[in-house]
Amino acid sequence: MNFNKKSPWILHYDGSSCNGCDIGVLACLTPLYDVERFGVINTGNPRHADILLLTGSLNAQNIPVVQQIYDQMPEPKVVAAIGICATSGGIFAECYNVVGGVDKVLPVDVYVPGCAARPQAIIDGVVKALSILDEKQNALKGR
Amino acid sequence: MSLITVLILFPLAASIMVYLVRRENIRNTIVRVGAVITAGLTLVTAIAYFNDGFQLSAQGTEFIDICMMVVEVCLAVYIIVTGIKEKKYLLSLFSVAQIILILWFEFTQKEGIEVETGIILDKLSSVMILIIGVIGSLICIYAVGYMKSYHVHHTEVKERKSFFFAVLFLFLAAMFGLVLSNNLMWIYFCWEITTFCSYLLIGYTKAEEARNNSLLALTINVGGGLAFACAIVMIGMNFRTLELSNFIAMQPEALVLVPVLLLCLAALTKSAQLPFSAWLLGAMVAPTPSSALLHSATMVKAGVYLIIRLAPLLGETVVGRIITLVGAVTFLACSLIAISQRDAKKVLAYSTIANLGLIVICASVGTQESIWAAILLVIFHAVSKSLLFLSVGSIENQIGSRNVEKMDILMNVSRKLAVCMIIGISGMFLAPFGMLISKWVAMKSFIDSRNMIIVVILSYGSAATLFYWGKWIGKLVSNGQPKVDEPHGGLYKDEKVPIFIHAVIVLLSCLAYPIISKYAIVPYLESTFGISASTPIGTGDQILMVLMVVMICLLILVPLGYIPLNIRPKRRITPIYMAGENAGDNENFIAATGIKRKSEMSNWYMEGIFGNKNLMLLSNIISIVLLCIGVLLLIGRWA
Amino acid sequence: MLLAIKVILIIILTPLAGGLLAGFDRIISARLQGRKGPPLLQPFYDVLKLLQKETIEVNASHRFYVYVSLLFIVFTAIVMLLGGDILLTIFVLTLGSIFFVFGGYASQSPYSVIGAERELLQMMAYEPMVFMTAAGLYYVTNTFFIKDIISRDIPAIVYLPAIFLGFVYILTFKLRKSPFDLSVGHHAHQELVQGISTEYSGRALAAIEVTHWYESIIAMAFVYIFFAANSVISHVVALIVCLVVYLFEIIVDNSTVRVKWQMALTSAWVVSGVLGILNLAVLFFFEF
Repeated sequence: MNFNKKSPWILHYDGSSCNGCDIGVLACLTPLYDVERFGVINTGNPRHADILLLTGSLNAQNIPVVQQIYDQMPEPKVVAAIGICATSGGIFAECYNVVGGVDKVLPVDVYVPGCAARPQAIIDGVVKALSILDEKQNALKGR
Repeated sequence: MSLITVLILFPLAASIMVYLVRRENIRNTIVRVGAVITAGLTLVTAIAYFNDGFQLSAQGTEFIDICMMVVEVCLAVYIIVTGIKEKKYLLSLFSVAQIILILWFEFTQKEGIEVETGIILDKLSSVMILIIGVIGSLICIYAVGYMKSYHVHHTEVKERKSFFFAVLFLFLAAMFGLVLSNNLMWIYFCWEITTFCSYLLIGYTKAEEARNNSLLALTINVGGGLAFACAIVMIGMNFRTLELSNFIAMQPEALVLVPVLLLCLAALTKSAQLPFSAWLLGAMVAPTPSSALLHSATMVKAGVYLIIRLAPLLGETVVGRIITLVGAVTFLACSLIAISQRDAKKVLAYSTIANLGLIVICASVGTQESIWAAILLVIFHAVSKSLLFLSVGSIENQIGSRNVEKMDILMNVSRKLAVCMIIGISGMFLAPFGMLISKWVAMKSFIDSRNMIIVVILSYGSAATLFYWGKWIGKLVSNGQPKVDEPHGGLYKDEKVPIFIHAVIVLLSCLAYPIISKYAIVPYLESTFGISASTPIGTGDQILMVLMVVMICLLILVPLGYIPLNIRPKRRITPIYMAGENAGDNENFIAATGIKRKSEMSNWYMEGIFGNKNLMLLSNIISIVLLCIGVLLLIGRWA
Repeated sequence: MLLAIKVILIIILTPLAGGLLAGFDRIISARLQGRKGPPLLQPFYDVLKLLQKETIEVNASHRFYVYVSLLFIVFTAIVMLLGGDILLTIFVLTLGSIFFVFGGYASQSPYSVIGAERELLQMMAYEPMVFMTAAGLYYVTNTFFIKDIISRDIPAIVYLPAIFLGFVYILTFKLRKSPFDLSVGHHAHQELVQGISTEYSGRALAAIEVTHWYESIIAMAFVYIFFAANSVISHVVALIVCLVVYLFEIIVDNSTVRVKWQMALTSAWVVSGVLGILNLAVLFFFEF
C-alpha cells in the first residue's frame, strides 16, 4: 500500500510570479480550505517534499535554482505548474528574460491554469498530482 | 634496595642520562626505553604491594634530609635571584620567607620529632602511582614524536630537547615521591620540585609571553609552598609529629584546622583553583606534552590528592565548607567561561580547572561516597584529559592551528586522530564513560550530605560542560574539505602509539570502574573511615552493567558511520540545500550578481554572556571573599 | 522471558502512543486555529510514506547519527518505563539528543548547523532543571529508581510543586513547542528551513519523527513520576495530569511566538534557578 496519497508534502517555489498564484497557494492552508485535512504540509524544504508547486514563468536567472531544487527532492516526486505563467509563460512569455513555462526545464506532471489560479483549482491539481505520484511509486517498486 | 626506592630513583637516573646524551637517536631510544621501564616498574610495584600495602620505616634518613635541604636551599637561592632579576619581588619575598621558615624549623625545632614511617604505599597511592607511571610514560614517548614536529613548525624556538625530556623524567620522580611519602618534609620537597619543573617547562620557548607566564606560575605556586611550609611548622610545633598519617588521624578541632586550611590553600594553588587559576591558563604556552603531563593529568592532581588525603579532617568543618564552596565557584565559573574559548588548549585548560574544582568539592565534602567519586574523577579525568591534550598537540602539528573552528576538516585530514579526539571528548561528558558515572555518584553524595547549593551548581556546570564539548564534537564530525594546496604535517609513530593506547584505556576504563572500585577505592575508604564501605552505585546491578556495555559498543560504532550501512546500490548524493543557490561544492553559494560567496559556519561562543573578563573577575572576587570568610571564622573559633 | 516481553511491548507501544499524541496535537492545534485538521492517524501516514521514499544523502556519514540517536532514545524509554534509574535515564536521553545534534553538524548545511547550535543551546538551557528534578525526587524519596519513587504513599508532587512548575517550563523545549522551538520545526520557519532535519529525507526523516514520538512519551513519563504513588487513583490522576499538561503545552504553542535564543537561555536558567533553589531550600529547611 502506498501512503503518498495520505500525506502529500509540498514545496512551493515562486519563479517570477506576480504573487497572485502564491496568494492562492497559501490560501489553501487557511481555515477556509484547510488542506491539512488531507495531510498536506507546506514544508519549504525540497528534502521533505513530494510535490513541487511552481508559480510564475521561468527566467534565465532561476533555471539553475529550480533544477537544483528538483534534484534535491527524493523520488518519487511530481511537479505541478500553477497558473498560466508557469504553464506557458503567460503574458510574460515574450519578455526578453523569460524562457517560457516550467516544462522547458522540468518534467511537469500537472498543469493548473488560471490567472491567478484559484485555490480550488490548486487543490484539484494537487489531487491529480497524487495519483501520478502513486503511479511513480509503483513504477519505482517494480524497478 | 626496595622496589619503591627503585621506582623513585629510576626516573631520576633516566633524567640525568637524557640530559647528558646529546645524540638525537640515542637520546630518543633512551627516552622510549626509560618510559617503558618506568611504566613497567609502576605496574610491578602496584601489583606487588597492592593487597597488603607497604610501609617503610626508614633508618638513617638524615642523609636524605640533608640532601633535600641542600637542594632546597639551592632552589630558593635560584628563585630569589630570578625574582630580583626579573623584578618579581613578590616571588623573591615568598621564597625568602619559605626558606627561612623551613631552615629555622629544621635547626631549632625539629629535635626530637621522630618520623617512624617515611613512606606509605596504600591503595590511594597505588592508584596515583599507576596514573603517574602509565600516563606519564606514555606522554614521555609521545613527546619524542611531538618535539620533532614542534621544532619543524617553530623554527624560532631554540632546540633544547635534552633539557625538555630531562625535566619530564625529573618530574615523574618528584611525583612518585610526592604520593608515596608520609613524611611531610619529603612531600613538601617533592611539591617544590614539581613547581620548579612546571616553571622550567612553561618557559621552554624563552619567548616574552612564556617567560612571564612561567614566572607567574612560579610566584603563585611558591606562595602555595609558603602556606605548606607554615602548615608544616605549625604541625611540627603543636603536635610534635611530621607524619601525614598521624596528622590525619587527629580530631578536627580548631588547632588542627589551621594547618588544614594552610595545606588546603597550598593544594588550591597547585590545583589552580580560583582565585589562583591564572597560572594554569598561562601555562598553555608550554609545548603540549608538558601541558598534558603537568597541567592536566598529574601535577595538578597533586593538589587534589592532598585534599583527598585530608578529607577526614574536612567534611562538616568550617574549612571543609569553605573549600567546598571555593571548588563550586571554580567549577561553575570555569565551565561557563570555557564556552567562550576558541583556542583548543584554552578550552582544555578551563575544563581542567573546572573538573579539578569538582574533585575539590567531592573531596572536601568528605563523605565516603563523595571521596569515592573524587578518586574516580581523578583517574578518569587524568586518562581522558591527557588523551585530549595529546590529540590536540598532534592536530596542531597536522593542520597548523589550535583553533576549534579549524578542526572541521580533521575528519578528512586524519580520521584516526579525529576518532581519538571524539573518544576523548566523549570520555569527559557522555555516558557510559567514567566522568559521568563519577558525577552521578557525586550528585548522590551531595544530596545525601544535604549540600543543596552544590547540587544546583553541579547541574548548571554540567549543562555548560555539555555545551562546549558538544559543539567541539560537532566541529569534528562535520565533513569540511581541506584545501588542497595546504600542506599537512605527518603523524609520527611516537605520537600515534601513545594516543591509541590512551584511547583504548579510555574505552576500557568505563568497563574497569567496578574493578577499580571494588579492589582499590572501597578498601581505601574502609581503612580511612574505619567502617565498611560499599560501591555507591549498585555494581550488583548486573543489568545496568550489561546495558552500559551495549552502549559502549554502540559508541564504538561511531567510526563505522563512515562505512556505508546499506548493502544496496549507492544512494544518491546531492549537494546540500542552500535555497537552490549551492554553487555545487557545498561551500559556496551564488550570491547577488552571480558571484560565489563562501558560507561561513561558526560555532557559538557567546562572548557577551560567557566572556572571561567579567566572569573571571567576579568569580575571583567571590572566591577570595570566601577564603577570607573562612580565615575569619577560623580565627573566631580559635579565639 | 517476562522482561523480554516487557521490553518488546515498550519498544512497540511507546511510538504508537507517541504518534497518537502527535495526531491529537495536530487536531487540537488546528481547532485552535479554526481549522478542522488532519485525521488522528496522520503522523503514522506521514512516517509510513517517508519509509517508502528515497533516502538522499549529502555525505556518507550524516544519516548514521540519526539512527544512533533513535537507538539511544529507545534505550531511554526502556530503562524509564521499566522503572529503572532516573539518572541513567537522563544521561542516556542526553546521549540520544546529542547524537541528533551531531547529525545536524554532520550534514554541514548552513541551516542544519544553525539548528544544531540552537539545539545544543536549548539542551544547555533545560539540562539544569532536569538534573534538579532528579535531585529533588531523590531527596524526597531517597532512591533514584523510578519504580520505587512511584510506589510510595505520598506522591512526589506534594513535596516538589515548584520543581514541577520548573519542569513544565522546560518541557516546552523538550516537546519542541513554541516559544522554544528554535532548532527544529514542523511549521514553516523560513530562516532556518527545518533546522537540524533539513538535509534528511526518507527513512532518516522517518527515524527522526519516531525519535520525537519516543521523546514526547519520555517527557510525559517525567510528569507522570511526579504524581504517581502506590494507589490506583494516583496513577489515574497522573495520566490525566499528563494529558492536561500536554494540552497546556499545545495551547502555549499556538498562542506564543518564538523567542530569541538569549531569551530562551536566560529565562530557562532563571526559572530553573529560582524554582529549583526555592523548592530545595524549603525542603532542606523543614527537613522533609
